[in-house]
Amino acid sequence: MKRLWLLVLLAALTGCAPGPQSAMNAGGPEAHVIADLMRNFTILLGVIFLIVIGLALAALGTRRHRGMETLAPSPDREAKLTRIVGAASVLTTVILLGLIVISVSAGKALSDRSMPRNALTIEVTASQWWWYVRYLNDDASQIIVTANEIHIPVGRPVMIRGTSQDVIHSFWVPGLSGKRDLIPSRVTTVWFQAERPGRFRGQCAEFCGLQHAHMALWVVAEDEAAFEKWRAAQLQDAHEPSTDSERNGQQVFLGSECVLCHTIRGTAAHGQVAPDLTHIASRLSLAAGTLANNRGNLAGWISDPQSIKPGNHMATVPLEPDQLQSLLDYVGSLQ
Amino acid sequence: MRSGIICIGVCVFAALTGCSREKKRLRPQPASVIVFGAAARESQLQPAGQATEPHVINPSEGNAQDISDGERLFAQYNCTGCHANGGGAIGPPLIKKTWIYGGEPENIFDTIVKGRPNGMPSWGEKIPEYQIWKIVAWVRAMNKEEPRAATPERPDGLEQDSGTILGSHEKRVGK
Repeated sequence: MKRLWLLVLLAALTGCAPGPQSAMNAGGPEAHVIADLMRNFTILLGVIFLIVIGLALAALGTRRHRGMETLAPSPDREAKLTRIVGAASVLTTVILLGLIVISVSAGKALSDRSMPRNALTIEVTASQWWWYVRYLNDDASQIIVTANEIHIPVGRPVMIRGTSQDVIHSFWVPGLSGKRDLIPSRVTTVWFQAERPGRFRGQCAEFCGLQHAHMALWVVAEDEAAFEKWRAAQLQDAHEPSTDSERNGQQVFLGSECVLCHTIRGTAAHGQVAPDLTHIASRLSLAAGTLANNRGNLAGWISDPQSIKPGNHMATVPLEPDQLQSLLDYVGSLQ
Repeated sequence: MRSGIICIGVCVFAALTGCSREKKRLRPQPASVIVFGAAARESQLQPAGQATEPHVINPSEGNAQDISDGERLFAQYNCTGCHANGGGAIGPPLIKKTWIYGGEPENIFDTIVKGRPNGMPSWGEKIPEYQIWKIVAWVRAMNKEEPRAATPERPDGLEQDSGTILGSHEKRVGK
């Protein structure tokens, strides 16, 4: 019976494989600092916990000596106990101070950085409930605007300059860095760097309203060549509609409520309220990491955004079925 | 004494259960409340005599959540670009006593949907109707025409020197 329980526990542990959003699955130097800190704390404190529990169990199990029934104070015993308790107190203090030192120095290692030459600066503005992303560049024609997805080249340090448009949000990509609060009318920064290609999921880590849980983003780390290719594609204006259905879809977009909030560069849509859709079809997710990006989900999202993310700020736009199909053709073509 | 305190406590608790929270409406209201036509009448002359005035209900009237949504939409759709925060800039002020095109909810709705000469764009089909009603509620709230309990405070600096709604309110009370 006991063995059976152990087996069940062991099986449960195998469920702990780190996914794309795990601080234990460190993908860069900053994440390693945090993961190491967590591991060191866990091991050291785990050992201490076991020692304390072991001693307590030992004390419980010890039989009283025959002569101790009277609890007569013995000077020798008293002095010995005082020494043991004193030594344990000193040891505890030293260990706690040591933990403070490693914790503070880890925090310092994360924040104390000078601006490296090849750093990439990305501005992230959080809104209820999505992320506006802008790649800063001294050359204004090289600035990329996108949403809910950040592409970074492997091996290059990235600085996120974050702020918020409404309430306090928090930028957290556990696989790459620690949390950083995004505060209205203030700029906070966080550094990270990816050491291997991969997808890292991030999540708002400060309760920010109804759809806080559905406010995620993807960080895609790729090699320099793939990143440059992505960057060049993002700089382009939107794909021109090439079929009748796409042309109709564009007219539906420009003639309806969509156009007031969304931008599609290269068209008359310049709304600044909601995510830029110029290259929406190239992204991994819809509605800030809520849905996988495919035609069916897009149709559901456009038809009834309030059942997928109740309370979000996307308007419900009544569309005829053929209008919706054309719109899906058009939006799906915006690679 | 002690039983008295307990009794009061129970009563207070019972009273609290009466505090119902305003429902947050996530979906647009059905279109049946939209009266668009009779309310847009621009002439009082009608063949075969005067019809009774249509009764228009703004579904967002008195709803705190909708009024606050209206405030957000007012900024997001750049109403502020011309009307500032209601005090007026290159567009006319919205906090006022005299309305060029009428100050009832249906008139404000019409003005937003149809646009007006000399600069007010027509927002019909670009802003969903249920959101227009929220903006209407906010414009009315700026003028203290919405229930006080549902209305956020308006900054004092926004009040005009003349023709504020406070003046007309006093007049109404005076009547």
